[in-house]
Amino acid sequence: MNRKKLLVLVTLLLALSTVLAACGQNNGNAGSTNQGNAGTQSDKLAADQTFHINLASEPPTLDPAQSQDNVSSAVLRTLFEGLTLKDKDGNIVPGVAEKWEQKGKEYTFHLRSDAKWSNGDPVTAKDFEFAWKRVLDPATVPAPPYAYQLYYIKNAQAYNEKKITDASQVGVKAVDDKTLKVTLENETPYFLGLTSFTTYYPVHQSVKNNPKWAADPSTLISNGPFKLTTWTTGQALEVEKSDKYWDAKNITLNKITASIVDQAATEVSSYKSGQLDLAGQPIGEIPTDQIASLKSEVPNELTIKGIASTYYYLFNTTTKPFDNVKIRQAFTKAINRQALIDNVTLANQLPAFGLVPPGIKGVDKAYREENPDTVYGKEDANEAKTLLTEGLKESGLTKLPKITLIYNTNDNHKKLALAIVDMWKQTLGAEVTVQNQEWGVFLQNRRNLNYQVARAGFGADYDDPMTFIDMFTSTSGNNDTGFKNAEYDKLVKEAYSSNDNKARNAAMKKAEDILIKDNQVILPIYYYTNIQLVKPYVKDVIVDYAGQLDITRVKLMEH
Amino acid sequence: MVRYITSKFLYMLVSLLILITATFFLMKAIPGNPFMSEKQVPPQIRERLMEQYGLDKPVIVQYGQYLKNIAQGDFGISMKMQNKEVTGLITDTFGASLKLGLVAIVVSLVVGVLLGLLAALYHRRLIDNVAMVLAVLGIAVPSFVVASMLQFVFAQKAGIFNVMGFNGPLDYVLPVAALAAQPIAFIARLTRSSMLEVLHADYIKTARAKGLNWMTILFRHVVRNGILPVITYLGPMTANIITGSVVIEQIFGIGGLGKVFVSSISNRDYTLIMGVTIFYGVILMLARFLTDIAYVFVDPRIKLTNRKEG
Amino acid sequence: MSVKNELIPQASAANLTPEDFRQIGVDEKQSEVIQRESLSAWRDSWERLRSNKLAMAGLIVMALVVIMAFIGPMISKFDYQTNDLMNTNKPPNSVHWFGTDDLGRDMFVRTWMGARISLVVGLAAALIDVMIGVIYGGIMGYFGGRVDEIMNKFAEILYSIPYLLVTILLLVVFEPSLGTIILALTITGWINMSWIVRGEIMQLKNREYVLASRSMGAGSGRLLFRHLLPNAMGPIIVTLTLSVPNAIFSEAFLSYLGLGVQEPVASLGSMISSSLSGWMLYPWRMLFPALLISLTMLAFNIFGDGLRDALDPKLKK
Repeated sequence: MNRKKLLVLVTLLLALSTVLAACGQNNGNAGSTNQGNAGTQSDKLAADQTFHINLASEPPTLDPAQSQDNVSSAVLRTLFEGLTLKDKDGNIVPGVAEKWEQKGKEYTFHLRSDAKWSNGDPVTAKDFEFAWKRVLDPATVPAPPYAYQLYYIKNAQAYNEKKITDASQVGVKAVDDKTLKVTLENETPYFLGLTSFTTYYPVHQSVKNNPKWAADPSTLISNGPFKLTTWTTGQALEVEKSDKYWDAKNITLNKITASIVDQAATEVSSYKSGQLDLAGQPIGEIPTDQIASLKSEVPNELTIKGIASTYYYLFNTTTKPFDNVKIRQAFTKAINRQALIDNVTLANQLPAFGLVPPGIKGVDKAYREENPDTVYGKEDANEAKTLLTEGLKESGLTKLPKITLIYNTNDNHKKLALAIVDMWKQTLGAEVTVQNQEWGVFLQNRRNLNYQVARAGFGADYDDPMTFIDMFTSTSGNNDTGFKNAEYDKLVKEAYSSNDNKARNAAMKKAEDILIKDNQVILPIYYYTNIQLVKPYVKDVIVDYAGQLDITRVKLMEH
Repeated sequence: MVRYITSKFLYMLVSLLILITATFFLMKAIPGNPFMSEKQVPPQIRERLMEQYGLDKPVIVQYGQYLKNIAQGDFGISMKMQNKEVTGLITDTFGASLKLGLVAIVVSLVVGVLLGLLAALYHRRLIDNVAMVLAVLGIAVPSFVVASMLQFVFAQKAGIFNVMGFNGPLDYVLPVAALAAQPIAFIARLTRSSMLEVLHADYIKTARAKGLNWMTILFRHVVRNGILPVITYLGPMTANIITGSVVIEQIFGIGGLGKVFVSSISNRDYTLIMGVTIFYGVILMLARFLTDIAYVFVDPRIKLTNRKEG
Repeated sequence: MSVKNELIPQASAANLTPEDFRQIGVDEKQSEVIQRESLSAWRDSWERLRSNKLAMAGLIVMALVVIMAFIGPMISKFDYQTNDLMNTNKPPNSVHWFGTDDLGRDMFVRTWMGARISLVVGLAAALIDVMIGVIYGGIMGYFGGRVDEIMNKFAEILYSIPYLLVTILLLVVFEPSLGTIILALTITGWINMSWIVRGEIMQLKNREYVLASRSMGAGSGRLLFRHLLPNAMGPIIVTLTLSVPNAIFSEAFLSYLGLGVQEPVASLGSMISSSLSGWMLYPWRMLFPALLISLTMLAFNIFGDGLRDALDPKLKK
């Protein structure tokens, strides 16, 4: 009897999957011959509004105060909501706060009255005050690593660093249940955008006495469109629509189920076989080897979008031969970025010559538009050779010493490193060996300046050039190059304390000039793109300027 | 028997202590800490984290503290997966590894011994050759290649099975096949080689000459003696399969303990590394212990009180 | 002797005179002379191996792979590390016999280079494993008792120490190199072998011929190396032939975690693991290294089987 049942099941599955496979193929073909077809998809919503995604890694935490990575912040975005939200086009729109006023350094947020926690309690201004002070409180265990995202608030840094002990001096105050007053240290043009960031999410005050609250669906009380229902380590995570959410009528999905698999090839196979509705970044990965074929196979499902992150190499400016700026410039000019993008990285990245990526706001337009990176020189093999000869002479060398390029274990880093090293060999005759290192070892070596050239990448924390520029001050923990420049430090400081956005931008631009044009401390390679596969019946997946994923407003069409 | 088991148990405790000590200092000797990331955490906050997890103290003090904690049954909280207890993480993920592993072990044993036995009985004949070709293929093709191919052919193209996930009984088929291929091959060859030896042994000839029923000889003498090397292999194999299925688990998206362990090492998640090491150590030692016991039961020539000096 | 002599005259009844019979005599010294040419045990085994056609075929394939691993890269005009970004992922053709990889490097050259690395890693690791394993396992199994218990525990502890930690530490302490990888592979690799040998020896040491030899005053060394180990050769060789692929695959796993050989040098294992994410699109990138591994392993196993038969004293005709 049982065996019969199994047989029937297998047969059914077989039949079903053949049909599905055929469907999948049809979609692909239709897409490649006539891209317009995608638009004529059914306008009717699918009956089953369960959205299937994959997470390439286990979220390390679901406590907004602790989150630092793309995966946990993507999940948190479904569970929680900050004072503001970002819409499809990146505009700041009301979230829990229905309106706000700004007067210089002072913000007043008016919370909507129908905002509720998943257990039915109202979301109050006190919850925000509690949550933000919890992040800053030096006694919070474990210490929230992203606490510095709140340092724009008056006295926040002092309180977090135990310079003052009185929490009431921190510039956040619940005037009443529905009014939150925030005072900043300096005028910060991007502060409003920060209030949609995970570290700024409110938490329910019941978490005070329960350090493990965020690991358990029964104690994870959230205020967003969804609530956590299942979380099995290493297996799956599931969230369900919360009927307490104030804007529940505009939430179409009933459920989001996420598998946790970190094999890119498996993820794509799974997507192709129909087990997933969305694959790829920022919560997953698409193998570079498959990008070319996906581009021709499913062009209307593959979405590639530029994001505010930069991929670059660091030079160790304290040791030979890279203590010489001309040698650094020679290596920078000796590679062909477009060839690397077209043949190696393949995800339509943009060649990079500066540090700040496109998509970061400047004064009126994007910073990169106002300050094009073309001024930072161009690729030129002959100039590179001349620079190398001059640089060698200046350093008193007759030929280049042995050079090693280090990167952390990853197929894409490996390919790019090999291709770049080969280009250096062709144009400069430089013999560079590549070495991949285990993550922890790699970071340690980089931090201790125990390298010559090292891979690096950096993504925006907030929508302002400063998120990149302040990385290379002489006191920054992220400056792994040995570069120290008093004027650079001064310019950053100036930009920090200035209330005039124009002057800030000018200072940051000057700093970037010093870093790249005058000193070539880093070798910019490309500005990242976010690459994703989305089934044609999935509508309204949002990837913001920084590559953060928002799937709360997704709709599944009939298919 | 009781004395035997007690002494074995004491040995196990001592070994465990040595294992803990060795792993602890080894782990501390490699560079890095749980709070490193591409974006540096400000030094103030990092120091506070180090202090909160007791990582600012000298290693020897940390070691003492750790021993004290585990003596009280406290394996601590993961340093990377915030708010999750090490014991919880292990029990959450080991279930999948165990289920997959046990099925793979049973399949390897049954199929492997059967193939090996058939090959030995029909030595140098067709069955022998076919069995050995299968065995050699199982050894010759890397398991992650087998896994990827199975996944592509049977899941992505044919759609008979799920590409990933581990829910229904059907989800076992592909990963078990990939996982068992090599042990099957190994066991088949081991069984064949050892059965051949036994079949040529004098006592088998004697038994046949005495006119004993062939089936009786086969099961009472040949299999019982010929299976000894397989039993020896059983301990390491069990440990290998249960602890070493990382790649297969990853390819089929099964969240097992192996994956947690590998990532705990690259995360320098100290408490989790220690927890899993101890857990694996105990499993391994138990597997070896059971192997020894099984040996005694199967092989009448080995006595528990074997203290004969050479 | 005297009895026989007395019996002969009685045969005269059959018309035979005592003259018909001549005592040829059995010279006691003569009886000890070996008629057949004396063969050492090794020579004897070699003769038997040579007559095993299948095993010889395996040996020839092994030899071919080894030779190709050393001259293969020289046949082609390409080298293993120069990229050709205009010709990435090209299928096999008349210029690139095995196609090209994702950086346009020639797969023919890389496959044989990879075979060279894999063979060196596999053979070195397997031989070291077997040497340590046989001695260690032999002593454990032979002496038994307390010695066994302690040595066994030591192996057990070593086996339980997370081997990734050891490998990472080794790579931090020493520069990443082939030697370091082989060291990392052998640090725990020998333990399985020692357990197999231990089991075999425990089983063999109570056999009659061992008792006989012991009663004739043979020492432990002689017993172990002349009687016990040769008789345990079957499982040892089977394990050895498996140790080679195991080492090759372990290296591939280390590569997969970024702890294996450093690019642009590749091993067969690392080539396969880096081709896995797109093998259905560019099958040749996996096919050739995988075929070569499989072929090598096939040859190793067939040859190992033949060797086992040849060395096994019980299968003597």
